[in-house]
Amino acid sequence: MKCGIVVFPGSNCDHDVYHVLGHVLEQETVFLWHQKTSLDGCELIVLPGGFSYGDYLRAGSMAAHSPIMAAVRRHAEAGGRVLGICNGFQMLLEAGLLPGAMRRNRDLRFLSVDVHLRVERDDLVYCSGYRRGEVLRMPIAHAEGNYVDTDEALDDLEQSGQVVFRYVDSEGNLASGANLNGSKRSIAGVCSAEGNVLGLMPHPERCAEALLGNGDGLALLTGAVRVGRGAELPAAVGG
Amino acid sequence: MTPDGKRFVARVLVYPRAEVLDPQGRAIEGALERIGFDGVQRIRAGKSFEVALRAASSTEASEAVDRMCRHLLANPIVEDYSVEWIRA
Repeated sequence: MKCGIVVFPGSNCDHDVYHVLGHVLEQETVFLWHQKTSLDGCELIVLPGGFSYGDYLRAGSMAAHSPIMAAVRRHAEAGGRVLGICNGFQMLLEAGLLPGAMRRNRDLRFLSVDVHLRVERDDLVYCSGYRRGEVLRMPIAHAEGNYVDTDEALDDLEQSGQVVFRYVDSEGNLASGANLNGSKRSIAGVCSAEGNVLGLMPHPERCAEALLGNGDGLALLTGAVRVGRGAELPAAVGG
Repeated sequence: MTPDGKRFVARVLVYPRAEVLDPQGRAIEGALERIGFDGVQRIRAGKSFEVALRAASSTEASEAVDRMCRHLLANPIVEDYSVEWIRA
């Protein structure tokens, strides 16, 4: 599957994602500069982690209005796959492609640490290599990962099954000590109603090779390039 | 934005919405208490922007600033904004 990684001024996980998609999973992978207005036929679009435009206003807010985002929006609306990791997740929220918003972490600290995540959906193509309820270990590295929305919006999100990952302890239980950034309902990752757009704060691309100590993230990126449909995933289209 | 026309200057204030946890405001509240300021009930930490623009009329200027707020300066899910005119 042709994969496109959007590069913003300040992206710094773009090469990590490239390594996993291009070298580990051997997919055709290209970088797409944020000033472009076409996705060059890529079927999976990744908005990588790092920073964008200095994140001066709010994390991801200016990147959400960059030229390439109009094409990303069309791709997403047509059912194409879009994966936003960390700063990329923040952009998807600011662009309105996923519901919710981010605030500064509860304790105002930049958090760079491994966390445990519980998989809440296994019928998405992204999660096809996981079982529901499975506990993963992945690194987080962010200052604004405190996911919020109104109580009504969060209820809707839960009811429509759009919560994909939650922060949990190593046993898979919800605990405030395991929800380091203070996210509402321990939410670490959400998807669009159709399941083709996924955003998460943890970094699967930084834990995708057992040789490097942790391979828990590989299945997510493997799922992202899996040809065919997930249970609720419309056919991907090129952009 | 109209290139000619009158010059307007707005001050846009953006604050976290009342029901949203404001970790920065909380931290500043704690600091004020520690250095001996009693009676502080609440601090909300926000942002302010001074927007100078040209527009044909005050209505047009006001509409333009409102659009800027909704599209970029504030995130309506977590923030409220208000506009004051420094030069109307």
